[in-house]
Amino acid sequence: MVGLKQDWEIAPQSRTCELKDYQGAAPRWCPGCGDHAVLGAVQRLMRDKQLLPEKTVCVSGIGCSSRFPHYMSTYGFHGLHGRAFPVACGIRARRPDLDIFMVTGDGDCCAIGTAHWIHAIRYNMNITVLLLDNNVYGLTKNQTSPTSRTGEKTNTHPRGSVLPPLNPLCVTLGIANASFVAQTVDWNPPHLYNTIKAAHEHKGLSFVRVLQRCPHFTKHVFQAPLQDLSQVLLMTHEEGISLDAAGMRRFPKQIAHNPHDLDEARHIAAREDVYPIGLFYRDENAARYDLATAQGIGKTQDEKLAAIDQALSRFAV
Amino acid sequence: MFADLCARNGNGIWTVEIIPAEIEPPRRSRAGASGNRIRFGSKPVTNAGDEADIVIALNEQVLYSRIDAGALRPGTIVFVDNIWAKSPDESVRANYAEAVADFQSRGYVVREVPMEEECRKHTDDPRKGKNMWVLGLLCALYDIDDTPVRKGIEKRFAKKGESVVRKNIDLLDDGYRWGIKNLEQRFQVPASRSEQQMVVMNGNQALALGAMAAGIEVCSMYPITPATSASHFLAQNFDQVGGFVHQAEDEIAAIGFAIGCSYGGRTAITITSGPGFALKTEFMGLAVMAEVPLVVVVVQRVGPSTGLPTKIEQGDLLAALYASPGDAPKIILAPATIEECFHFIVMARKLAEDFRGPVVVLSDANLATGQQPFPKPQPREEWLSPPIDQSTWNPEVPPFAWDSETGLSRRPVPGQRGGEYVLTGLAHDAKSKVAYESAINQQSMEMRSRKLAVMHAAMQPPKVHGDPEGDLLVVGWGSTLGAIEEAVDRLRGEGHKVSSVHLRFLSPFEPGLKEIFSRFKKVMTVEVNYSDNPEHPYITPSSRRYSQLAMLLRAHTLIDIDCWSQVPGSPIPPGVIAEALRRRLQ
Repeated sequence: MVGLKQDWEIAPQSRTCELKDYQGAAPRWCPGCGDHAVLGAVQRLMRDKQLLPEKTVCVSGIGCSSRFPHYMSTYGFHGLHGRAFPVACGIRARRPDLDIFMVTGDGDCCAIGTAHWIHAIRYNMNITVLLLDNNVYGLTKNQTSPTSRTGEKTNTHPRGSVLPPLNPLCVTLGIANASFVAQTVDWNPPHLYNTIKAAHEHKGLSFVRVLQRCPHFTKHVFQAPLQDLSQVLLMTHEEGISLDAAGMRRFPKQIAHNPHDLDEARHIAAREDVYPIGLFYRDENAARYDLATAQGIGKTQDEKLAAIDQALSRFAV
Repeated sequence: MFADLCARNGNGIWTVEIIPAEIEPPRRSRAGASGNRIRFGSKPVTNAGDEADIVIALNEQVLYSRIDAGALRPGTIVFVDNIWAKSPDESVRANYAEAVADFQSRGYVVREVPMEEECRKHTDDPRKGKNMWVLGLLCALYDIDDTPVRKGIEKRFAKKGESVVRKNIDLLDDGYRWGIKNLEQRFQVPASRSEQQMVVMNGNQALALGAMAAGIEVCSMYPITPATSASHFLAQNFDQVGGFVHQAEDEIAAIGFAIGCSYGGRTAITITSGPGFALKTEFMGLAVMAEVPLVVVVVQRVGPSTGLPTKIEQGDLLAALYASPGDAPKIILAPATIEECFHFIVMARKLAEDFRGPVVVLSDANLATGQQPFPKPQPREEWLSPPIDQSTWNPEVPPFAWDSETGLSRRPVPGQRGGEYVLTGLAHDAKSKVAYESAINQQSMEMRSRKLAVMHAAMQPPKVHGDPEGDLLVVGWGSTLGAIEEAVDRLRGEGHKVSSVHLRFLSPFEPGLKEIFSRFKKVMTVEVNYSDNPEHPYITPSSRRYSQLAMLLRAHTLIDIDCWSQVPGSPIPPGVIAEALRRRLQ
């Protein structure tokens, strides 16, 4: 052909996925539930990055937020209450080629699944974890969760919950080998999107706590930061969660925080006077267990047969 | 090592490890007995047998635990270290003298041997050297060629240097020379070398090698006795086939991780024991509900609760079958020999994938640590799980395209375009969509159950050991095979019309059981789990609790099946079974 090199060829047009290609069943969450925003952000992210639905798995436990996989059109695993972490880790162990999102709630992650949460942080396998924290058990109808504030009235504590809440950020930042810890809110779409995007781009386990409204049971809980943005503390840093100038201007309270500063991250995470959002901590060099578990993938059948025969021969008499 | 020598020599062997729960129990304590029980013979040996002919005791106190366990009989030759007679501690000397006199009054033939004294000629720490010296003594006693041991010593201690190798060989030689010079009686057990290449290993090693031969990629486990040594073996060897051992944070995570692997198209196994299985049961239900292939090995130990962690029981059959929320039909296999521990894992992997669900393999502490020779398996490509399928999936085919006749369906795995679906533990339709409709729940339950009926229809009836009809049929499962058949053979030798049948499939059962049972006047199970003694005044036909297989078989066949079972925490010897059968025949 004129003007073209001999070996020039047209690459077969790879398909372009649209938003609808990521959308599954119509969500059955309550109107006004923060889960809708997270679902939309993940679907937009997948479209923007053109992730393939068949190469993506959404894993969840049990609870309102754990219905998430059903509303995607990717592969999904809607498993047991509290047990999303081991399943997600198991999938990741031998499938380095997949994108894995894991969605969990405050009951799922911080109560019944606590052991798995702690160890999954330590395993640091490449998984994007979204903790949708609405401070209450919604699906089972208004019971106290580990993150419910002291005095919160629920069906299990009608005279108000007795204990101070567990802070999932402080816990996560206290676990050896944590590699990505961030917090965002469901009601600020750019920050939510950019946080999930940064989490997805991180190689390792990224832990994102999303403060999330429950219009039914904890409507009042996040009213204050919604109405008064000075109650939110935006962490800013060139290596943190990016936000454009207009987005930045909405937050009167900001703090420059280097996400490599673990001590400062713990200090900010423990603050009770404000809701800090942004990236607390990132360590790109944390050990990744999935690099160990994936070793040996791809041995041929002949190699295996020879190795088995050799192993058996060691017992020969 | 002695068992290994016998096997190399061509003798049949069966070994039982005697393991205390503690790492280092107090010395000279009766409860702290550790040791190895070896039965060997000219022909293949299928069980640990009855009382011992020869016992070697490094101190006399520890022997009492074996006496209490019924391991000795009048006439048993007892070799005991006589160092205790010279102990500076007067109470030790007195205890020793008293015990030796007691052993003689019980009819044992006591041979006091200067084990420690002889060992001191070669080592300052005879505690570490005595085993080698005794091995030499045994080689003299049974006229066995110890060349393989010499080679083994050289290999094993090569890193520790020439002097350590020398010391061990000297101990071995000295034990042998002492035996030739001093033993009044020596024995020969003629061996018949098999033409086939044989291997000797214990059941846990066989399970682990089975997992490798099945092409399983991931073993996800949490440490628990007596299952863990299988995972130890894999941790050491699995990488040779590209496999990986995941030590999870708990038993629940171990099965969850394995299920994740399997969902992702990689074959996985989880290996545990009773208490661990109890924790896994919710995930078992999910694997049944969402039809995730998975091999689950339960190496049974004595329960309930923590029970006797190192000892044998067959107490987890009902738990394996029923412990799950709701009705969760699954396949359960029970290997009866070390060889079957290997082959049943290969079979379990394939059944799990063909029938799309979890397969439980019930081993036990007896198989786990017992060693037995069997023909070396020749690994075959069809045993291995096929490479992961990433081809395009026809989107018209739902993820649970149940065949309405068989309930069978194929599953898409992540990466297959067009097969995207959301696995769920909620009731779901063929498309894996959450379904609240009663008709769909009824249908999907039916489909999951139907698979077992289909498997049942594909199986052969079990073979009867002995005549196909008679007065009494003994039914067993698991590691009791050898002891039951030996007991049955003894009774047949005495003229009784007794036969036995040993079940390898516990869910679904093999076909034809009712027909086989109907040819005998009486049918009873022999098991190592608890059942009420029917002779106790409080135990009536309406209160009697049967052993576990008996319960299932009574329901399965509507035949009045009896049972005899014990929970001694050790393998039941053939003589004890034979005696129980004689009483039932009266």
